Amino acid sequence: MFPSLLLILLFDLAGEALSRFLHVPLPGPVVGMLLLFAALTFRERVAEALAPGGDLLLRWMALFFVPAGVGVMTQAQVLRAEWLPVSVALVASTLIGLGAGAGAFVLAARARR
Amino acid sequence: MTVARILVAGAWLVATVGAYLTAVALHARARRHPFVNTVAIAVAILVPLLLVTHTPYADYAASARPISLLLGPATVALALPLHRSMATLKAAVKPVAAGLLAGVAASATSAVLIAGALGATRVTLRSLAPKSVTTPIAMAVSARIGGDASLTAVFVIVTGIVGAMVVPGLFRWVRIDDPRARGLAMGVAAHGLGTARAVALGATELSFAVLGMSLSAVVTPVLIPLAAQLFG
Repeated sequence: MFPSLLLILLFDLAGEALSRFLHVPLPGPVVGMLLLFAALTFRERVAEALAPGGDLLLRWMALFFVPAGVGVMTQAQVLRAEWLPVSVALVASTLIGLGAGAGAFVLAARARR
Repeated sequence: MTVARILVAGAWLVATVGAYLTAVALHARARRHPFVNTVAIAVAILVPLLLVTHTPYADYAASARPISLLLGPATVALALPLHRSMATLKAAVKPVAAGLLAGVAASATSAVLIAGALGATRVTLRSLAPKSVTTPIAMAVSARIGGDASLTAVFVIVTGIVGAMVVPGLFRWVRIDDPRARGLAMGVAAHGLGTARAVALGATELSFAVLGMSLSAVVTPVLIPLAAQLFG
């Protein structure tokens, strides 16, 4: 598991470096993911080698969002003053976004046949 | 002094993992009901703890940094499920493009219109617009169009939690049962948290969620500033 975690970390660092020094307008981890994806396409065997560490990270992914979530407390003022528009907009737009995205996918898939 | 600081940082790490494990246990006890969201529960446990101990958020964030840092490698690891279902992905290029554009546009437009109609301020509206994309991009876009980046970070998390909660109930209700469409929409409308939720739903959902999330990360920084300029 550790070699696979180390390799994933290397891709993360490479993505971070590319994003910073080549001014790619994407965050480092997303660049790292694209790099790893390209590597997997060329070297099929890498996928098996990376699976233990990679699947572990994915299983725990929600935990890694918790510290950012606690940041809610820094915005107490705005949230107290505008809780109604903000909460209605956040809930409704997420439902609408999910419905529109999935709906458009289904319509386009059907239209092709 | 330094030893005390290290101990405090360690305590917040333990508290964060402990709060999350408690949330996971509650989630399991609620028979994995999506409304019992693990991130939301962990946050609800930790915020009172910070308030009671008079800990500023910046101090907590510094202590919990080892955990937040793992978000980078976890995002990189998303290449694995993406790679595993390459064949399925290749067969759906047009539906993916349609779902991506519709999802990005509908999330941002509806958020801004609804909040605007209910009287939100201009800065709040601009902070809402990029809230469906992954945090670093959302914050950058927000700053660029005149929003408040830290407010956007909160909106991004709440969006992800709401997305994880309403799925798959919403899809059953609107009768969308194609796992590809479900996954793509979760990645597009609820970024990494929607994708993390897709881990529990199925391999096809997961790979399309990853695809939706990464494509949205490419498309959003182009579309939202453009729309902000057009509609002022």
